Amino acid sequence: MSRFITGPFRNALTLLVGLLVLWQALYWVVGDVALRSPLQTAAFMGRFMTSPQFLPHLAETGRAFGLALVLAVAIGLSIGFSLGLNRFMSDVFEPVLVAVYSIPKITLYPILLLAFGLGISAKVAFGAIHGIIPIALFTMAAVRSVRKVYLKTGRVLRLPPTEAILRIVLPAAMPEIFAGLRIGFSLTLIGTLLGEMFASQRGLGFLLMNAIGLHNVDLIMGLTVLLAGFAGVASAVLLSLNKRLQART
Amino acid sequence: MRDVPTPLVLLRGGEKVFPPPGPSGRPVHALGPLDLELRRGEFFAVVGPSGCGKSTLLELIAGLSTASRGEVAFEGRPIRGEIPDGVGVVFQEDASFPWLTVRDNIAFGLKRLPLPADEKTRRIERALAMMGLASFAASYPAQLSGGMRQRVCIARTLVTEPKLILLDEPFGALDQQTRLLMGDEVLNLWRKTGATVFLITHALDEAAMLADRIGVMSARPGRLIDVVETGWPRDRDSRIVEEEAFGAITARLWRSLRAESMKSLGHAGAAA
Repeated sequence: MSRFITGPFRNALTLLVGLLVLWQALYWVVGDVALRSPLQTAAFMGRFMTSPQFLPHLAETGRAFGLALVLAVAIGLSIGFSLGLNRFMSDVFEPVLVAVYSIPKITLYPILLLAFGLGISAKVAFGAIHGIIPIALFTMAAVRSVRKVYLKTGRVLRLPPTEAILRIVLPAAMPEIFAGLRIGFSLTLIGTLLGEMFASQRGLGFLLMNAIGLHNVDLIMGLTVLLAGFAGVASAVLLSLNKRLQART
Repeated sequence: MRDVPTPLVLLRGGEKVFPPPGPSGRPVHALGPLDLELRRGEFFAVVGPSGCGKSTLLELIAGLSTASRGEVAFEGRPIRGEIPDGVGVVFQEDASFPWLTVRDNIAFGLKRLPLPADEKTRRIERALAMMGLASFAASYPAQLSGGMRQRVCIARTLVTEPKLILLDEPFGALDQQTRLLMGDEVLNLWRKTGATVFLITHALDEAAMLADRIGVMSARPGRLIDVVETGWPRDRDSRIVEEEAFGAITARLWRSLRAESMKSLGHAGAAA
């Protein structure tokens, strides 16, 4: 039996148990005012996730995050490819991207709210702007570092430019692009939730903000665990895909 | 009047000048003027000191870059920056695609050719067999040695059945024994395919062993300073290194090259 519990799976299990122990210990120290124990949280989550108010909020956040991610990936990849394939353009725009990236994006939120209103579009836009730039920067670097000999091979085999991009540049740059997508994924999630927390009437971020206002420790803990779990699992899956891509090169 | 066949490749006064590397730099005269004729079916090797423009010459012939002056023609038609049909190139660097299996790498060579599927399969199987890759068809390049990966690249070129195969120091990164054996394989496929082979190498013995004719290039800007006919029979292999003539050819190549190599190393005075 024990031989099934090997390698990465065992490591993940150890980490999980360690975190639970730490959480429980912290709860004993801090007490009921600020925390709930793992068991209490699990029991609350069981009740909360089956209540009728949970699903619509989850759906709202899911929809906003999904849309933001699609936008961030599409726009980030387009910017990354157009800059990566053109030395002059990337020399001009890379410093601009880096500068924009260093702006705390929360300061742009009031402007986004004025532009998009209080609905889902502002959240989507705010999520997307978090993801676009890292995806673009990673993609640009990945495309630029594709080995010249691959491109020459494409020319010798007389591939038209679009096909050379699809069949050579894209797969050659994929491991690095994927690393960008992984980071873009988590930043887009952060952006979407921030958007929900500060100006929204639906979604998990809104619930969390509400719970803070009402000092509903159960709900704060539950939502935090839920979001952390989702982000952790997604990140682990993406990381293992990333490693598999990299193993081939 | 005797009928003179058109050469496969004809280079007349070919020159390549690269633009200055920086705002304050001067243009770099990399190659020529240079005249060269490749006969159909011959094995032509080029040797020269490092940095003399050997690879630039290959890129001009391949159509990968355009001559600054002069003219390059393939089968009588001028090449101007577009790659002519029937030319295959194997580069010095490993150009096998790490995301494809050996079989898919080789099949990649046929992407643009309008051939029936069974003809494609036939060519792929033959290239796999010819390069000794049949049992590695499902492997990825990362699982293969450097020599095997270079064979994958040669096989990818072979499936297109090129009339002219350009080899840019394809064994430069391999150890001496592997290089000798790869030399045998190149000779073998040259005989079997009937293609013209143009090989760039820095190894004088490799050139002396493989080629029908050997062009010796000067230091930059590279010009042809000698063309040596080896006179080997078509049916030959690496054992000709034992022949007396092999030593004589290598010695002649070195005589022509010694001064040029010193120039390229910066020993201007020693060249005299």
